[in-house]
Parts: sequence; C-alpha cells; structure tokens
Amino acid sequence: MTRATSSLVHSPHFLEGDEFSIDTFALLKQDGSLYEGATVPDLDRDKALRIYHAMVFTRVLDERMLAAQRQGRLSFYMQCTGEEAAVIGSTAALDDADMIMAQYREQGALAYRGFSCDEFMNQMFGNEHDYGKGRQMPIHYGSAKLHYMTISSPLATQIPQATGYAYGQKLAGDGHCTITYFGEGAASEGDFHAALNMAAVHKVPVIFFCRNNGYAISTPAVEQFAADGVAPRAFGYKMRVIRVDGNDVLAVYQATLEARRLAVEQNQPVLIEAMTYRLAAHSSSDDPSGYRSKKEEEAWREKDPILRLRRWLEDREWWSDDEEKALQERLRREVLETMKVAQKRPAPPLESLITDVYDTPTPQLKEQLAALETHIRRYPEAYPKSAHKSASEHSPQGSSTSSGAVTGQGGY
Amino acid sequence: MATLNLLQAINQALDIAMADNERVLCFGEDVGGFGGVFRATSHLQDKYGKARCFNTPLVEQGIIGFANGLAAQGSTPVAEIQFADYIFPAFDQIVNESAKFRYRSGSLFNVGGLTIRAPYGGGIAGGLYHSQSPEAYFAHTPGLKVVVPRNPHQAKGLLLAAIRDPNPVLFFEPKRLYRASTGEVPESDYELPLGEAEVIKEGSDITLLAWGAQMEVIEEAAELAEKEGISCEIIDLRSILPWDVDTVATSVLKTGRLVISHEAPLTGGFAGEIAATIQERCFLYLESPISRVTGLDTPFPLTLEKEYLPDRLKVFEAIKASMAY
Repeated sequence: MTRATSSLVHSPHFLEGDEFSIDTFALLKQDGSLYEGATVPDLDRDKALRIYHAMVFTRVLDERMLAAQRQGRLSFYMQCTGEEAAVIGSTAALDDADMIMAQYREQGALAYRGFSCDEFMNQMFGNEHDYGKGRQMPIHYGSAKLHYMTISSPLATQIPQATGYAYGQKLAGDGHCTITYFGEGAASEGDFHAALNMAAVHKVPVIFFCRNNGYAISTPAVEQFAADGVAPRAFGYKMRVIRVDGNDVLAVYQATLEARRLAVEQNQPVLIEAMTYRLAAHSSSDDPSGYRSKKEEEAWREKDPILRLRRWLEDREWWSDDEEKALQERLRREVLETMKVAQKRPAPPLESLITDVYDTPTPQLKEQLAALETHIRRYPEAYPKSAHKSASEHSPQGSSTSSGAVTGQGGY
Repeated sequence: MATLNLLQAINQALDIAMADNERVLCFGEDVGGFGGVFRATSHLQDKYGKARCFNTPLVEQGIIGFANGLAAQGSTPVAEIQFADYIFPAFDQIVNESAKFRYRSGSLFNVGGLTIRAPYGGGIAGGLYHSQSPEAYFAHTPGLKVVVPRNPHQAKGLLLAAIRDPNPVLFFEPKRLYRASTGEVPESDYELPLGEAEVIKEGSDITLLAWGAQMEVIEEAAELAEKEGISCEIIDLRSILPWDVDTVATSVLKTGRLVISHEAPLTGGFAGEIAATIQERCFLYLESPISRVTGLDTPFPLTLEKEYLPDRLKVFEAIKASMAY
C-alpha cells in the first residue's frame, strides 16, 4: 500500500533517486572555534574532559598496541585512529546504562565507559583474566557491567540484534535505548536493511550509527554504493536521519543526544551517518599504501578530531599544555605497565575449551575433554600452555579419564 | 485429557509458555493476527496483545537477528520460520551468532532464551522448497540444540522444554503430521527432557531409529517385520543435538543390529554420525553393518515424491537385509 496522498499521473515520469541532498551537521571548525551560527551543546567541563581523556587514551592505546603487534607480542590489532570523535562523542551522549552493540573499531566507547587498561590488555592477550576466556582474537571486547555487547567478527550481525535488544528495552519500559555501530561497508549487508526496516515498522528505540570512514578494507565508498552515502536509505524506511561531521565531537554529541531523545521518548529509531576517515590501516594485517595516496591521508590528518577538541578546550581554558603532557605520560606508562603484566598471565584453564558451549557441558563434551587431558599428559611438551595444569590437577597414574574436573565458570 | 492434533498441541504449548512468563514473545511472518500460515499461533495475539505476538517483515535473517538481540536482552523469543526450507537466509545469525553467543563472551551474554520453530519435511507435495529436512546442517554446530517431536503429546512437552531451556533451540515440526497426527494430550503444563531418546517399543532382534515424522514410517515397517517373526526395538531420538548416545548404544548392544532412517539425503545426513558413533561403541556386538534408509542424494522431488521418500517398504527391506546378513 502506498500513502493516501499518492496521486495518479498519466505520463511515465521516473524519479532520479537523487532528489534528496543531505546536509552535514557541523559545529566545530578545525581551529577549535565554532562555525558562525553554531551554538555549543549542553556540555559541562567534567563531561568534556571525560570525552577528551577517552579520546586520548584510545589514541595512545592504538599507537602502543600496534607497535606491540609489530614487535610480535600481539597477534592482531585494529586502530580507531581518526574516528575517536565519532565513537566517543556518540557514546557520551547516551546514558551509561544504554546498550552498545559495536562492530569492532569502537574501543573508544568502552574507554569512555570506564573499561580499565588492564581489562583491555587481558582481552588482547587472551589470558586467564580475559572475560572472553581467551576465545576470541584481540579487540573482541565485551563488558556486561558497562553494557557493551561482546564483539563478533561477522559484519552487520549486530545491527538486527540491536533492533531486537531495543524492542526488549521498549517492552521493559526502563527508559533505555540501544546504539549500534557499523561501517559504511557493513551497511551493504542484508542484516543492515533487515534491521532498519524492522526498527521502523516496530517503532524501536535504537540508534543506528554509521561510521562512514571511506573504506571497507581497500574498497572505497564510491565502489560500495552509488548513492550519496548511507543516509538516504533512511527515507526508504521512513526513518529519522542526520548526517554529521564525524570529526566534530560537539556535533556528534549533540546529534546523538537528540537521537537518543527521539528513541527513548518517542520510540523513533534514528540513523546517524558520521562522515569521517579511517586514518590507520584496516587492521594490523592491512597496508593502505596499495590502495590510497599519502596525500589523501595527509588531508584527513589535518582534520584530526582530537586536536580539534583540544583546541576548543584550550580556548575555554579547560585544558593546558602541562595537563596534556602529564596525561600523555601517565597513559603511555599505564599502557606499557599493564601490557607487561597481562602478557605474563597464564592462559585460561583447559576446561574453558568446553564450558559455555551450552549452559552446562554435555556428556559428549566431557568425554572429549577427558580424552584430550589424557593425550596432553602423554605429550606435555607439545602443549605448554595447559600441560603443567593438567599434571598438577590430576594424580599421575595416567589411566584416569575422569571428567569430574569440569566445573562452571564464575560470572564477571 | 483432550484429543489434539499436532498443531493444536503446539498452539497450547505456546499459550502456556506465554501465560506462564510475560517475557515470552512469538513472532515471524504471518504469525500475528492471522495466526501463522499453519495456524500454530492462532489466537495468541488476541490473548497476549500485539506487543508479544506479531508479524515481522519478510526477512528471515532479520527475524533471527532480532530474536538474538531480544534473547540477549533477557526476553524469551519464540521465532517462527515459515518453512525450514527458508531458514537459510538466517543461517549466519543462527550458526555464527545464536550458537556462539555464550561461548564467545565467556558467558557475559547469552541467547539461551531463544527458540526457533520451523515446519520441516516432505509428504505434502511441497517439492524442492517446502519439503526439506535441514537438521544435519545445524547438528554440525556446537552451541545449538536441535529437537524434533513425533506426535502431539511429544510436541507440547518438548516445545515447553525448548522454550524454557537455557540454550538456543531449533524446534523442527513435522508439518505432514500437523493435522494428520492426533492423540491424547494432557491439558497441564508439562515438559519432556531434551537430549534424551525414548524407547517406544522394546524388541530383541534389531533396533530401528528415527525422529519426527519418520517415526510413523519405522513403526509401520516394524509391524511388517513382526509378521515375519522379527522382534524390533523402536527408538525415537527426539533430540538430534545433543543426542542420546547411551540409549541407542544400550539397545544395539542388546540387538546387534541397527537401521536408521531419515528423510534428508544420505550423504552428510545425521544417520552417518550415529552410525560412526555406534560402530565405535558396539563394534564387537554388531551382527550386521549399520544400515541407513534415507532420501536420495538429490533435491527433494515433486511428482516422484513417493519414490524418493524412505517409506515403510524401504525400511522393511533394510530390516530383512540386516537380519539375513
């Protein structure tokens, strides 16, 4: 059914598909001053500094961890560099108990919520303190207490899940919403379309936050879609939409604040497209020199979102060179020290191979673990991460295939 | 006790689950006011409101993605996929998301509340795309439970258990039996155990194993065999994943012979997994090779459906061949 206002016409007139031109909401210029006519959103000093700290921490973490990966201390890493304002500015506009369902480049959101450096490190090194029990590659963080859904590598699967999660929040009536992050590449997946359509139909309090950073690994946005970005798709779903300068933390913050109000007060899903740039490689396994120019990267480096916010803070005398220096030093030291400790922590116990597949291990899983333990006792030198534990936890008679060692893991 | 058909039993289970727990939600294509194309969700919207029983847009990956999110949030979604043949757009959400949600988060999060219902199987002139039995695809995915009921009484008890089980469950309903299978069903709220097979009939010469709609077929084949003096032990596996190795192995240790039957194609079908495990457990007790009576390794046909299906005569022949080995 079309709208009641649709009228009959008698010549075949096709719409071009580019009738809508979508403006970009921007407040803060690169020099730290406001655009003419722009007003500062409701943002006090404490919150502004909390945002800034999280942005700087994210930048420092990314630099140090990429270096650690290059030194062979870490198997894999992904940087958020260049996109800190988009991620942290939006998270800051939420209630801290709103749900975040991110893609994988949103470590800044976790940093803002208070995930400690130690917690980051434990995940990346997959040690016995990792909440994810060493099961996922580095940067697949999760935190129940910070309302941050554990990252899943498949792209866009989190988007319809966010619609469902937010539907549950709406039924619960607790005044919370869900934000889901994804790139402009992931927005090509079927899950994106499913999620936005269902959210619009069922009037769900969810914010779809697209980080349009220009590239899906090596594929530029112009080879991802013919349209003017991702934002125009919202019209097809009759959804509220805004495009924002993703390197402008004030604009991102205000846009998300308004989106949250629409979501929570009116059950209106919202699409936000943040125009930004992935300054770093896609991941530690990628080399952008094969698909884009240094010149292009330099042009975007000039638009550094952290520097932009710092200038604004300094103009207000909320931040100084001395404070900057002290913060940088403290964060670098903290990252290095926690890294050293986390790297030395032991691997998760062998039983964690079979726990959490189901709420309790099945008889088949217990049998498989018992057989594995017997095997490891036979060849301990081949399995150094678990052999010493296997030997100490079991009496050395060798004939025991007891599966009694399987116990539930405590929650975090 | 009332006499219900399988659809009515499912409807009753959903009704009880929704009355018992306000966080239980039923949704899918045409599930709302219409009550589903098979009417499994009839009257639920009237009774529990549009917020808890509703239509979704026509997008299976969206339905299951949405359901995963709801379950992670703490709700108990019962999502319907209109035909098991159309579950594949949601394969990624089921296999990469539902199945791994708890494991990958170290149990910080889970989608244990999730149940996915889907009518499966042939015998209704449904051709390629309204007849498939996809249980084996999902049996290859740790983290899922896969359950198939054989009659109304089983359907109600197993579905209630599936909805309340703290793990994601795929519940495949034998649509050929939706109206054809009737039986006494207690009106009360009861559950039947997941992961446990049921010995339907004891026997001494040969074990016959199947699940869902195929149970009727092996029971008919057993009747033919009994007339020839062959004593058949009949087992309903009920849960494909995790499956009850002990009950099947105990039976085969006694009879020394095993025939497994399913509608799905032979190659990669779940009978192969059972055969491999049982020969390991019962090798020295086997009197004949384990036999599989299944669909052909073809897409599901239409006009020649009868020829394709593993019917009672094919099972009967397999029983005789096993006895004469």
